[in-house]
Amino acid sequence: MNLQLIALAVFDGVAYAALVFMVAVGLTLIFGVLRILNVAHGSFYAIGAYVVASVGGAIFAAGWSPWLAFPLMLIAAAVVGIVLGGLIERLLLRRIYDKEEALQILVTFAVFMILEDVQRLVWGVQPYFEATALQSLGNIQVFGVYYTVYQLILLPLVALAVLAGLRLFLRHTLSGRLILAVTEDREAATAIGIDTDKIYLMTFMLGAALAAFGGALASATTSVLPGIGADMIVLSFAVAATAGLGQIEGAALAALLIGLGRSFAVYLMPELEVLIPYLIMLLVLLWRPEGLFGVTQTRKI
Amino acid sequence: MTFMSLVPRLAIPLLLIAVALLPFLAPWSKVMLTLALAKGLAVLGIVVLLHAGQVSFGHALFFAVAAYSAAFLGQAFGGGELVSMVLIGVASAVVVGLLVGLFVVRYRYIFFGMLNLAFSMIVFSVLEKFYHYTGGSDGLQVARPLVLGIEMERPAFESLLFYGGLVIAVIVAWAVHRYFDSPIGHMLKTIKTNETRLEYLGVSARRVLLVGYLVSAALCGLGGVLMAVAQGIVTPEYAWWIRSGELVFIAILGGAGSVSGAFVGALVYEVVRTYASAFAGDVWQMILGFFLLGIILYAPRGLIGVYGSFMGRIGSNTASGKEAKRRAMEAAE
Amino acid sequence: MTALLEAKGLEIHFGGVVAASDVNLQIHEGKNLAIIGPNGAGKTTFLNICTGYLKPSAGQVFFNGKGITRKSPREITRLGVARAFQIPQLFGEHTALENLLIAAAARERRWAPFTRLGQIPERAEMMHLLEMVNCVHVADRPVEELPEGQRKLIDIAVALALKPKLLFMDEPTSGVASSEKFAVLDIVAKALTESKVTSVFVEHDMGIVERFADEVAVWNRGEVLHRGMPDDILSHADVVRDVIGEEI
Repeated sequence: MNLQLIALAVFDGVAYAALVFMVAVGLTLIFGVLRILNVAHGSFYAIGAYVVASVGGAIFAAGWSPWLAFPLMLIAAAVVGIVLGGLIERLLLRRIYDKEEALQILVTFAVFMILEDVQRLVWGVQPYFEATALQSLGNIQVFGVYYTVYQLILLPLVALAVLAGLRLFLRHTLSGRLILAVTEDREAATAIGIDTDKIYLMTFMLGAALAAFGGALASATTSVLPGIGADMIVLSFAVAATAGLGQIEGAALAALLIGLGRSFAVYLMPELEVLIPYLIMLLVLLWRPEGLFGVTQTRKI
Repeated sequence: MTFMSLVPRLAIPLLLIAVALLPFLAPWSKVMLTLALAKGLAVLGIVVLLHAGQVSFGHALFFAVAAYSAAFLGQAFGGGELVSMVLIGVASAVVVGLLVGLFVVRYRYIFFGMLNLAFSMIVFSVLEKFYHYTGGSDGLQVARPLVLGIEMERPAFESLLFYGGLVIAVIVAWAVHRYFDSPIGHMLKTIKTNETRLEYLGVSARRVLLVGYLVSAALCGLGGVLMAVAQGIVTPEYAWWIRSGELVFIAILGGAGSVSGAFVGALVYEVVRTYASAFAGDVWQMILGFFLLGIILYAPRGLIGVYGSFMGRIGSNTASGKEAKRRAMEAAE
Repeated sequence: MTALLEAKGLEIHFGGVVAASDVNLQIHEGKNLAIIGPNGAGKTTFLNICTGYLKPSAGQVFFNGKGITRKSPREITRLGVARAFQIPQLFGEHTALENLLIAAAARERRWAPFTRLGQIPERAEMMHLLEMVNCVHVADRPVEELPEGQRKLIDIAVALALKPKLLFMDEPTSGVASSEKFAVLDIVAKALTESKVTSVFVEHDMGIVERFADEVAVWNRGEVLHRGMPDDILSHADVVRDVIGEEI
């Protein structure tokens, strides 16, 4: 493996990790606050991608500026998060917070099934490809390798900005601190009068928006077609579990670990590409059952 | 004893007879019912783990392992033989169950579910990527095997699969029922209610769960082999996580933790799926999704629970109403 | 006199809170030892260490002369140490009798898959145990439906079903109505004597301690401050100030 190949693998891995992180961090945030593993999370990713690819395709064909691709991504993410995320939390999740964990997962699984068909009905089964955003930023040469600016610079920067933004939001704003309080001790938070309903709604919308944003960003780099949501959800599960559920900074590191592992596998052992994320997760959990950054909890007896 | 109070007790035998007679009235239903039986057996495996409060989102793995073992066996011996396919298939599901189980029984709840998912994804991608051995995403053909050395025509073979499957399902359901009522079956249940106390009784909760896990792997394997020979083809999709989710879905649909619910749920699911995909091909997943939401939100005890309260309501005018309801519930368990 | 259980130099702390600091204690066979002390003194922590739920950062525990410090609750239970909990730890969906039968099946290692729990040979013995704790009339009710006082008794009965040599009880009368406390402990004490079990119990009610303890150990801030006969300890000035004073 020469230097160019190594560089290529690293770049691929980092770009990929940035996208996966966006989805996984939303998943882990929702889990931390609502204690629900949201299987429908992959659908938010897919719908975010579909919206940007289809709307973008239409407006660029009509001759609008390619630079509108970037605000479009933000708007699509916000709309998916607020409308779809808000509706699902309000109408469904709110009714199942006191149910068994298995039933909660199944409710989100049902939502996932429904949204899969919704996507098929709205967008059909033909792939969408809309790379205007990717092309508008051009290429760059690093270590003798040509790579897109979009994937090599923009995606990692956006991921870091999301990470930093989340940290700032959670530590230094009132809403963020309330979210943290609910994450750490739900009972105590309710006892001191925090409006958990509002926190749950806000968190779910934020998490859904992050997944949709991940999809929006990804739509410029890959074809959008049925099934991408299903693939992404298992992958982001793997990232979130490797990090330790509810760990935001950890998710960034785990995404990088899994992203790099995967991209090196593509060049070294292509058959193992799909396996690598799960192998990494299994090895990590074998060594640390609660994930890299998770904490063990002892029960009072 | 009034007639009404007898109905709950007779419900399961009556349903069995109805299912057994159906192919005479509608020959096309035989294959569909066989597939429902195959899924029902696998769902029973999920039910075993639900007793311990654990949900596996990767049990299609054992379904696939057994199905592929049967397919390999068939390819290696020019068609193969049914009984040995069943035995080898179940045995390989149990062996893989032991390897995976030793690892996952250390975890609970979400981690348990997700680790199972991870293992099934690994098997799924191996089946898909190692084309030379597994046929890749096209899968492997499973030719109609001999049965104890006898070659059978297709209609006779299909009848044998269905009625043989039915008999096996009844025996297996009874055995699982007895297992649940044995000390180690009750201990399995305590993993859900109080694992700390179980350890403080000097019992290894992991070992108790491992036994349950092996039972569930064997049941999924049995279902997988039946599915493979009934469909005549195995594909990596057998191990896909959506298939695992489907098994959990059916378990909840039928009535979480209920042995007969596993089969009732599988039957209803297979019928709904067949018709929904025939008449509403684009939205059958959506229909199932709404169906699942409806069950969880409005009938959390599943179809068996709905049936139980229905029988209770019918009988509530008579003195034996409560008794009928209790019996209906008991019969359902 | 040899010790049934001996703790040597136990240390443990949670963050800044010292829950055990050089704890040394011997528990003698056939005696009922009461552990008293203010909240947060480390009494439950001591029980947790002795039964393997927590690992001390230093020190050792011996049972019958055998080191059990690093063993799990399961291994320690199998050596003959049982525990009843401050919050009853029962199988909520099972009936009172089934809770005991599961304990008996665990003790006898009844793993055969086709025996029915309700028909194991220990059934009569378990009914007798339920009788001893006055719970026969609720034998067939799921324990999650029972009042706290009865759950407490069943929790102790489950521990006794294991036929332990040593029984730890964490506040056996908390959650029991004060008018019934004596009656409850009378039942327990009788059951203990009948089954010849050595016991260690954490207790806040000094009336109970006076009546049922053969010896008393006083805990404070993770240390054993005093140890002696109930009469001496309960009239000791420091104890009155630190422990009993706080209780009143």
